[in-house]
Amino acid sequence: MNKNLNRRDFIKTTAATTAGVATIATGVTLSTYVSAGDQPVTDEKRWGMLVDTNKLTESDIDTMVSACQKEQGWGKETHSNEAQKPSWIKKIKVKDTATQRISNLALMCQHCEEPPCVDVCPTNASMKREDGIVLVDKHLCIGCRYCMMACPYDARSFVHEELTDQKEHMPRGKGTVESCTLCAHKVDKDEQPACVEAVNSDAVIFGDLLDVTSNIHQTLKRVQSTQIRADLNLNTGVRYSGI
Amino acid sequence: MSIIRYEEIHGKSLGFYALVAGLGTFILAALGSVYFMEHNGHHVTGMNNHIVWGLPHVFALFLIVAASGALNIASIASVFNKKIYKPLSRLSGLVALALLAGGLMVLVLDLGRPDRLIIAMTEYNFESIFAWNIILYNGFFLIVGIYLWMMFERRMNKYNRKVGIAAFIWRLILTTGTGSIFGFLVARQAYDAVIMAPMFIMMSFAFGLAFFVLVLMASYKWTERPLGDAIVNRLSNLLGVFVAAVLYFVAVYHLGNLYLAENTGVENFILMDGGIYTHLFWYGQIILGSLIPLALIYSPSTQGNRSMLGLASVLVILGGIAQLYVIIIGGQAYPMELFPGKEILEGYGAIAFYAPTLAELMLGLGGIAVALIAITYLVKVLPFLPESLADDVADSHHKS
Repeated sequence: MNKNLNRRDFIKTTAATTAGVATIATGVTLSTYVSAGDQPVTDEKRWGMLVDTNKLTESDIDTMVSACQKEQGWGKETHSNEAQKPSWIKKIKVKDTATQRISNLALMCQHCEEPPCVDVCPTNASMKREDGIVLVDKHLCIGCRYCMMACPYDARSFVHEELTDQKEHMPRGKGTVESCTLCAHKVDKDEQPACVEAVNSDAVIFGDLLDVTSNIHQTLKRVQSTQIRADLNLNTGVRYSGI
Repeated sequence: MSIIRYEEIHGKSLGFYALVAGLGTFILAALGSVYFMEHNGHHVTGMNNHIVWGLPHVFALFLIVAASGALNIASIASVFNKKIYKPLSRLSGLVALALLAGGLMVLVLDLGRPDRLIIAMTEYNFESIFAWNIILYNGFFLIVGIYLWMMFERRMNKYNRKVGIAAFIWRLILTTGTGSIFGFLVARQAYDAVIMAPMFIMMSFAFGLAFFVLVLMASYKWTERPLGDAIVNRLSNLLGVFVAAVLYFVAVYHLGNLYLAENTGVENFILMDGGIYTHLFWYGQIILGSLIPLALIYSPSTQGNRSMLGLASVLVILGGIAQLYVIIIGGQAYPMELFPGKEILEGYGAIAFYAPTLAELMLGLGGIAVALIAITYLVKVLPFLPESLADDVADSHHKS
């Protein structure tokens, strides 16, 4: 009888502890991905970015890259070689083969409406928020790298080494995949992504694509813009003009 | 009608223990490599953000593809009712399961977080071909396990054909799934071709049979059991047909790609100026892995010669590994077309560099060792092998 009671107590304690840990763990996980305010993320918004390559200078792009590194804490890896180091955003220089015109642009996760990375991820770690931001849940990522195979924009990086000194809002981990989060942690506080803030000119505009009063919506209505690999029909959130 | 008697091997000879010790060494080396890679992170491998799947994936996919092919012998016996293959059915099922186990081991241990395998088993995204594959692989173990039970248990023999058909269909879907891992990747020029699924099925026929032939001939030679020409020559012919069929699919795949202007770049890369990948394609896959085996199998001077069949099988396996290396790593090395009509001067677009490390090679070889040690051990504890496959036994069975 005594034994039975003990077992029951044990089960009760274990269950309570498990439930407690699960609750806290869930909270920790979600804090990165859900709006910091009380409002849940909805599809009433679709966050996007417009990069004007006519106005964007090479040094602007360098500024964007360092702002991203500083905000999200990548780029200080010591063991990885150049091809292994993470690269959430990078500078691309392209030349039109017919006109020889050269354009510079910043390339990062394009936050597709139909993201191939989300389609292929076996564990739902790659996911798209209702407001269009594409993220990796670091707690679910098993490091299979299938999303990196599927991404048409070379936008994702695999963490090849142990990391220290991480940002509180951006848990990163050896053996998982990561990419631009469109600074979801800032956007949820009504701020702009770090790269956009750093450039601080109309060369890069961030905003809600669906909001008819937003600068990005108005500008996209007015100027000719393009999506990279528009032929894939992924309907990217990041758009470019001048290329 | 003669009755086939199955018998465990004795497995007490010095050779047996030497084989187990040798395979065990490879497995230990593989586990050591995994510890090294997982402890340090993948920076100690040749893989990077452009070549995200390296040599371990080449071995893993080779073994997985070969696994479904190895089951063919059993399928031919029970589904297509060719009785001469019936005595080989048990071994066929065993080789299939062992190869799959080896391949999955490599695949899982190369994950960034192999400790999270439980997530892969519990969180499914049903739009992901990878997730389908996890279900298909687990299902394969289950179905082939039941299939073997039907074969071993006399009173269950009557269900053999039904389960055999289920297993045959399952393995076709499984290899379709494996081929589709690449076939559905729209972003990459080398992939994005639906023909990859049937091509992978044909590759599985050839690789699986080559592996099976080697296991069969080695186990009968080493245990000094009779193995007649009736069976060996049929397997040899079959291997020739499968190798030729793979060549056909490879030709259609490349010709189809060449026809599309958008893919001429990647085709030139693989076929003409891709360095290691071009060499592996022509010398490894085509000449060594296909044309020489075909010559060995069909040339009158070598036809029927067991050593030559063994050599042909080894070459088919090496050619298969070369083929998967070209598909998996060559396909990633060639850059994606980010800006059609434009030339990328900086930031992206170079041919990605990859040099596999010893750790990756040992992990891959460890997968083959796991498959072989599983076969070696199980033929000792369970009666998988007929005590004789001499012509009078096998052939009389065939005629009855």
